[in-house]
Amino acid sequence: MTTTAPPTGPVTTSNPKIRTISRASEMPARRGARFPSWVPPVLVFVVIVALWYFVSYVVIDPKQSFLVPPPHTIFTDAFFDPKTLGDIMEALARSAGVALTGLAIAIVIGFVWAVAMSQARWIERSLFPYAVILQCIPILALVPLIGFWFGFDFPARVIVCILIALFPIVSNTLFGLQSVDKGQRELFQLQKANRWTVLTKLEFPAALPAIFAGMRISAGLAVVGAIVGDFFFRRGEPGLGALISNYQSRVQGPELFAAIITAALFGVVVFLVFGWLGKLAVGKWYDYSK
Amino acid sequence: MTLTTDPPVATTTTELLNFSDVAMTFPNGTTALSGVDLTVKKGEFVTVVGPSGCGKSTLLRIASGLTPATAGETHVATKRIGYVFQDATLLPWRTVQANVELLAELNGIPKKTRVSKAAEAIELVGLKGFEKHLPKTLSGGMRMRASLARSLTLDPELFLFDEPFGALDEITRERLNDELIKLFTEQQFAGLFITHSVSEAVYLSTRVVVMSGRPGKIVETFDVPFAYPRDPEIRFTPEFAELAGEVSHALREGHS
Repeated sequence: MTTTAPPTGPVTTSNPKIRTISRASEMPARRGARFPSWVPPVLVFVVIVALWYFVSYVVIDPKQSFLVPPPHTIFTDAFFDPKTLGDIMEALARSAGVALTGLAIAIVIGFVWAVAMSQARWIERSLFPYAVILQCIPILALVPLIGFWFGFDFPARVIVCILIALFPIVSNTLFGLQSVDKGQRELFQLQKANRWTVLTKLEFPAALPAIFAGMRISAGLAVVGAIVGDFFFRRGEPGLGALISNYQSRVQGPELFAAIITAALFGVVVFLVFGWLGKLAVGKWYDYSK
Repeated sequence: MTLTTDPPVATTTTELLNFSDVAMTFPNGTTALSGVDLTVKKGEFVTVVGPSGCGKSTLLRIASGLTPATAGETHVATKRIGYVFQDATLLPWRTVQANVELLAELNGIPKKTRVSKAAEAIELVGLKGFEKHLPKTLSGGMRMRASLARSLTLDPELFLFDEPFGALDEITRERLNDELIKLFTEQQFAGLFITHSVSEAVYLSTRVVVMSGRPGKIVETFDVPFAYPRDPEIRFTPEFAELAGEVSHALREGHS
């Protein structure tokens, strides 16, 4: 037997209509839109900085303050110091060159790889396992080897970036190409469209959102790759990784943190740029909220 | 049982589609269709009604060449086949204009011709003014119109419809039914239309074919005596109700 809400009693869940109404009216009170959306993250930031100061002044021995330097010293001792800032910027430019070159090559290789796999089941079966293996190799173990094989200069660093950035491009592109709606595929089939037409007019445009999602992930990874490679090779012209490694060995706390922050910000910028490029390319028709 | 022997549209013209003892057995062993005989001529609008999974859509796929039948003979006397899917299947990155041009484009029709063809078709389905819109900004009914327009650019002689209005609300559906009838009376193609709705079937077609549940077989055929263009009000006439009742009855019989 179904129960109905008693007319005089409290609103029960057995009457969905009344429940929705009462919930809607509670909504503003419950999760208040009292602050603008930027306030919560800023509050978190303030709390973290305060904790940091607490740790660097109260918790740790002053002699070891380089481990957790007070936040303002990252600016006063590093970013505002022309020499340090110059070093960091120079290193950033080198690492950016490595990361972007590696990313560009990874995008090309990944795309071709995925298109090849999308063309025939047997190619996919032969090649996809290697994409997965590539993804699973501990890159840190491979980096020194790559150094031995390819030297310790620009090409080797780029190769590290490619290896680390390749998988998301391959898997996302393949997923995108294969997730074309069946009806749309049949539409092309009915007109006897050839493979090239299907690829260029249907699969490629349909895959663009996934491709851009992959590129965005890979962009961040390429930055990590550039820094990791550099960190290990520590030869030739120093990039951010070598700089970080130097500051570490010289226990230059503020400089070290400045370099780390720069590396992270660079990763964020690259990520945002690719997000923006993706929006520019497909945002008009593709609904990211889906 | 047939209500009339005098179909409203001349049927002395060409047979565009002919199924003769067509059967379809899928690789997994399920028989979707068996012993289907069906002919659709120019100027005929045949609607197939039947329970879900009775192979109605398979019939269209066979007619269009998407899936070959496993037995029997299928003759299609034209290359100009329009196929309207259950979904509008518009390409979301193309505007209405570019979507409507697509099939002509795939058939290698020169740009100039297809632009004017598409414009004509867009006007015909009542989407003028929406050429530059992307599919996501259109309502379900408008998307279906664009999908219809896209097929119209091929000047189809045989027009296949796979439950095209099934997902639309009642009012939109009735309006599109009327526009489809208008298109049919103007262009006199051969139509094969799949639907769940008995009322839609009777309202649209010259002939209603009732199929049984799996394996799909034709259990009964009804000629529809109403003249075109059809007044929406005929839905409320006793004749319409009687015919719809008989179709429903046949449908239930075939289902059990």
